[in-house]
Amino acid sequence: MRAPAPSTILKFASFGAAVVVIALLPRFMGEFRLSQFTFLALYFIALLGLNILTGYNGQISLGHGAFMGIGAYVSALLILGRPGLALYQLDPPGWIPLGDGMTPVYTIPIAGMVTGIVGVLFGIPALRLAGVSLALATFAMAVALPTVAKRFDSVTGGGGGLSITLPETPFGWDISTRHWLYYEAWAIAGILFVAAWVMVRGRLGRAWRSIRDGEVAAVSSGVNPALYKTLAFGVSSFYAGVAGALLVIEVSFVNPDTFPVSLSILLLASAVIGGLGALSGVIFGALVLEFLPVYAQNPPLLPFDFSNQAPAVVFGAGLILIMILLPGGFAGLLRKLGGVFNGVLRRLTEGGRPMSVSSTRRNG
Amino acid sequence: MPLLELQDVLARYGPIRALHGVSLTVDEGEVVAILGANGAGKTTTLRAICGMVRTAGEITFAGRTIARRSPEGIARLGIAHVPEGRGLFTELSVWENLRMGAVVRGGQKALRQDAERVLGYFPWMEKRRDQQAGTLSGGEQQMLALVRGLVSRPRLLLLDEPSLGLAPTIVRELFAIVQRLNDEDGLTVLVVEQNATIALETASRAYVLEVGKVAVSGESAELQRHEGVRKSYLGY
Amino acid sequence: MADFVQQVVSGLATGAIFASLALALVLIYRATDVVNFSQGEMATFATYIAWSLMDRGLSYWPAFALTLVLAFIGGAAIERVVIRPVEHRPEIVIVIVTIGLLILLNGLTGWLWGAEVKAFDSPFPNETWDVGGVAVSVQDIGTLGVCLLTVLALWAFFRFTTLGLVMRAVANNPTASRLVGVRVGWMLALGWGLAAVLGAVAGMMAAPTLFLDPTMMLIVLIYAFAAAVLGGIDSPLGAVVGGLTLGVLLNLLGAYVDFVGSELRLPTALLVLLAVLLIRPQGLFGHAVVRRV
Repeated sequence: MRAPAPSTILKFASFGAAVVVIALLPRFMGEFRLSQFTFLALYFIALLGLNILTGYNGQISLGHGAFMGIGAYVSALLILGRPGLALYQLDPPGWIPLGDGMTPVYTIPIAGMVTGIVGVLFGIPALRLAGVSLALATFAMAVALPTVAKRFDSVTGGGGGLSITLPETPFGWDISTRHWLYYEAWAIAGILFVAAWVMVRGRLGRAWRSIRDGEVAAVSSGVNPALYKTLAFGVSSFYAGVAGALLVIEVSFVNPDTFPVSLSILLLASAVIGGLGALSGVIFGALVLEFLPVYAQNPPLLPFDFSNQAPAVVFGAGLILIMILLPGGFAGLLRKLGGVFNGVLRRLTEGGRPMSVSSTRRNG
Repeated sequence: MPLLELQDVLARYGPIRALHGVSLTVDEGEVVAILGANGAGKTTTLRAICGMVRTAGEITFAGRTIARRSPEGIARLGIAHVPEGRGLFTELSVWENLRMGAVVRGGQKALRQDAERVLGYFPWMEKRRDQQAGTLSGGEQQMLALVRGLVSRPRLLLLDEPSLGLAPTIVRELFAIVQRLNDEDGLTVLVVEQNATIALETASRAYVLEVGKVAVSGESAELQRHEGVRKSYLGY
Repeated sequence: MADFVQQVVSGLATGAIFASLALALVLIYRATDVVNFSQGEMATFATYIAWSLMDRGLSYWPAFALTLVLAFIGGAAIERVVIRPVEHRPEIVIVIVTIGLLILLNGLTGWLWGAEVKAFDSPFPNETWDVGGVAVSVQDIGTLGVCLLTVLALWAFFRFTTLGLVMRAVANNPTASRLVGVRVGWMLALGWGLAAVLGAVAGMMAAPTLFLDPTMMLIVLIYAFAAAVLGGIDSPLGAVVGGLTLGVLLNLLGAYVDFVGSELRLPTALLVLLAVLLIRPQGLFGHAVVRRV
């Protein structure tokens, strides 16, 4: 069996190291930081989904935040159940299957699946759109959703939104709730990352990419675009729904303004910054999304205190510069470094052992 | 000194090499033809001259290097290119297309000066000046494209496959006009053609391209007798 | 009946604002094949500049004119500096660049002028005129007039000037334009400049009613998208007709259909947008897009 290329070993090693770091981080952090890192996890999940849709399958979505919102509301409604909603004087129509209140963690996969189904339903008409038209349509959805949520307040609690209580740490573990939520979020993130990795490396990923790179050619090689494009919407919305559910559990609150159109825009921006079409950069996109607003306002080491508009300016300028200079985002940068790394290693070992096949193949 | 000279020009479309070292010259007042089968690199040669494709090698026009200039810069030096597909402004009228041809020389006034002479070749254009160019027939479009090229009073006219898709009578008419322009106005023409018969009747010299290189070249009369050319391109 | 006419006139005024911004979008789309997501923010930025000029003592119409000049320069500069490097890249790259511009300009506006809402004066008096027995708002008429005049001026420019002809040629066939010696790059910058002017007009007409804040034109942009798509994204006439139609339609729906009310106007416009995209993507006057193989 051929030995794996050095950059592949590096990838697996990084993943392992990341797992260890994530597991140990809480020891060094206070509650606020923990919450930030929980957000990092859920943004990571959302961005994985968006990368699948836009990066691997080439369907531009400016509505990912709206799908997160759907997941959040589903989760909140399930957690409250009819008794909880009654306290808001809300009595949703009888055909909606709400129970008496659910443990938050079980609502996460349900929120994911409901959002995934909505995604598929959206994906079907979206088959007729491409490129900018699709971007516009998803943008329209992201803008419309808060307004629609306010209008149908018999279900959503209108502008006031829904509050839920912070869940308790299960199994009687002796850690704070924030700590538990952190682990919960990262565990789910890890599982979904591996799932994404399996999907994009396999037949799904190949089909998605072939459609992205040329739909007509894909059809002639036997790929059914309608099926895979809809599936991409479904999968990415599932991820968004899970992220939304985690968000509402973390924040204990959701209202129509929790998921404004700016979130959808920033999600796409972060996905691009991380690198579309590659999984290795998604974590960087999530880091930028979570921490750039904080550090752009109060940069460490610099004696400035920028206005709260600084993050937007940096985001926008950064996005433009990256598209001009490094369209592959962080993942593209890593790929280049990986190529350099392989090249250097090969040159160093050239005398001793047989040449390994260059590992500059596309990231999967 | 030749008006146009290519020396060992290489050209590629991305990773695909289209020209593998083409050398040719065109003297002032000549009509020269480039012949060859599909994919031989004829159109690519014209595009290389116009700066529309990445090239290596020397291309000089009237003594100046034009190899790596922009297409608009090259056009302004006096090279008019009538491309494959005619390159008309399909949404503009006949007259507006002609105005665009004269734009490099300053617009309306310059156009009016040439209008009489140039439109004399094609009286129908004066009558149908407001018709949308996209609604003209293939032959009419080719004529319009040709005239638009002439209106800029170029030193060199590049014609890319003017006979493509046209009925034989129209093709004859077109080439007769090219001949007249060359005889009466001394217009220098480099024409790329698949229809080798008519090309060799009009041009004084020709180059035959195969697989991105010049395979044979010489006076038209010679080439018309050349066995390889006869068999492959003239059909007898 | 009088109420109906008032609603129509008012709808036409709002529609004229949509039409101006929609025309800006169409202009850029025809010239550079780009849907400019930042058109609204460019308009907001220009409107803030007008506000600053007036804040420093300049009276309305001089400030208006100077803003148009500055908007033109700004629009052209943006095309040369930001769009030109990515002109030939895939569609998604350009979309993201304009989104980056949106984010950048939005933040810059807030940074330079603060996020508090500012009042913006209308040049038209707050009166009504008696037109055939109906009291019509002067501001509405004024807005309609200014927007239509701008559109007309632009039309005349394209129809009767050589520069306008050249720009139409570039929009039709950029390659052929190069072959006749046109400096296509500068024509594209010109297109963006003119679009920015249209946006500035839309912004300044909208500001008195919407009040000036960094997000003022975000919603108008969406209406403008709906209008442009309705009319046909490559049809200038469509943008104007689409804008006016949408303005009147939304006003009438909002006034006479209870379910829509004033809250669901935006989703209604979006429904129109989606419906057009799905049923007849080329809109009323546009050309069908051929899928390139």
